[in-house]
Formats: sequence, C-alpha cells, structure tokens
Amino acid sequence: MTVAVVQFGGSNCDRDAVRALSHLGIDAERVWHEDGLPEDVTGIMLPGGFSYGDYLRAGAMAARSPILSEVREAAADGVPVLGVCNGAQVGCESGLTDGAFTTNESARFQCERVFLRVENADTPWTAAYDEGDVIALPIAHGEGRFEVSEERYDQLVEENRVLFRYCDADGNVTDDANPNGSRGNVAGICGDYGVGVLMPHPERACLPDLNGSTDGAGVLRGFEHA
Amino acid sequence: MTAHHELMTTYTATVTVRLKRGVLDPEAETTKRALERLGFELESLRSADQFEVDVDADSAGEAEDRADEMAQRLLANPTIHDYDVEVAEA
Repeated sequence: MTVAVVQFGGSNCDRDAVRALSHLGIDAERVWHEDGLPEDVTGIMLPGGFSYGDYLRAGAMAARSPILSEVREAAADGVPVLGVCNGAQVGCESGLTDGAFTTNESARFQCERVFLRVENADTPWTAAYDEGDVIALPIAHGEGRFEVSEERYDQLVEENRVLFRYCDADGNVTDDANPNGSRGNVAGICGDYGVGVLMPHPERACLPDLNGSTDGAGVLRGFEHA
Repeated sequence: MTAHHELMTTYTATVTVRLKRGVLDPEAETTKRALERLGFELESLRSADQFEVDVDADSAGEAEDRADEMAQRLLANPTIHDYDVEVAEA
C-alpha cells in the first residue's frame, strides 16, 4: 500500500507528511502532480503549502489541475483522500468537500497551537478518537476561515460532516477559541466517500520530539482503514 | 477558417467578482480602518476583483457566454462570490 502525497509547485508540507506517515509505519511517497497517481495508490494526501502561490484564491489553481480528476476518480473508487491546510483549500475548491476556506477574520497569517473537539468519530480520519475528545494541533494559515451558506452549514451539521471544531482546552466551542472566524468553529469536514479536509496540521503533531503533541497521529492513521 | 475569422470581433469581457453580501471581508475592513486613520469618514467599504478578458467571438452574446463560463468554472467561487459580466467591443 502506498499513500501518494501530491506535490504541487509551492507545496511545502509534502516532506513533513511523508516523514510523519513513515514514522507511523504507513508507506508513503511524494508524487509530483504532473506525473499522475501511481497505480498501486491506496491513499491520497493533499499537503499544506502555497500551491501556485495562492494565486486567485488559495487552492484555486491546484484544484483545477489534471491530477485532481484522478484524485476524484480514486475517491469515488474508495481511496481515502486527506487534505491538510492548503490541501483542505484544494479540497473545497475542487468540490471534493463543501464550503470554502477564506481569509482569516484577523486578515493575518496565524501560526499557533489550537485545540480541536472531535465531532464525529465515525470516519477514518477520526476513528482513533472518541466523540468529544479534545486534541491539540498546530495551525499555520492566512486563509482558514470556513465559509458556507447558512443552509449548507445546517445541512453539513445534519449530515454529521463536521470532523473537528475549534474549542478551548476543556472542549468548549466558544468565539474566543475560534482562531480565524470559521462558521460554527469548523476546522475540518468530510465530503463523500473517504474524503476529509482540515486546516490544522496533524502531520506536525506526530513525531514525539516536535511540537509537544502527537495528537495528530490518529488523523493520519485514517489511511490504515483503507 | 480564415474567412470565418474575419467575421469575428474582438470583445473585452469585464468580469467583476465580489464577496456575497453578508460574507465577511477582513481585508476591506482593514482598508476601511486605514482610511479612517487618514482622517476620512466612511460608512463602509467593499472590495472586488476585476478581470478583463479579450475574446474573439461572433457576437457580444457569445463573448458574454464564454466569460460567464470562465467565471463559473474558475474566476469566482460560488460558495462565497457573486459576479457580473459586461461586454464591449475592444
């Protein structure tokens, strides 16, 4: 089994992702987007970074590159797809998931540690946790504010598609704990099939010697459920 | 083909992409505050992206249809944006 970490021009978390996955014993390799997906692909990760320099909108260009058609087909065949940070923006822009990640309420790039409450533990990306668990992950984004119309938001909640919400250390979902103004404090959602996206970086919270948290390992272990 | 081309006209389609009303625009808010710091009085400020696309087409309607599809497929994100298209001979 091989997880393909798709590298675009401007991706910068692709090596971290491969390192973190390898540390967890999950076979992973970087795949340059122009080379297409390997035939034996068993998982796909869209990593963080600034693909295409964030031109037009973060993720807009990568979402319309040819490899995303392959990603869409693989997803429909049951291959799990995880989008992190810029990969989450690509996921939304490509229609793999609903909504949009746009400019932070602060209008600033924010690099900090946040707490997340697990909202739905019945997905590959959250199966390692229990509903209501609080985990700590780093964020690093300027365009992470989750936006979607009120009607669509209600539908997402009803369909149980919210993976994580920003919360305080005790798991309270409050305005103060919302780092970027996301609707409903949403930090990550799932789409159809095995598609999940989130703005925080689980791959930066996997190695014991880095960042003081290994809480992100459970998200990446979603690839083991394939 | 050449003869056909001679019948075509070059149009400039101006695509304006705006955030939907009610969607927060933090950059516009920051710009508004900067104007206020400069001593200007204003009630609100909205920003928009504008694209000028030159296309050869048989008619203004055809040029507009093509620009409209460009907006739908790339220039605007329907989750957060509204857009309009205006066409004039280049």
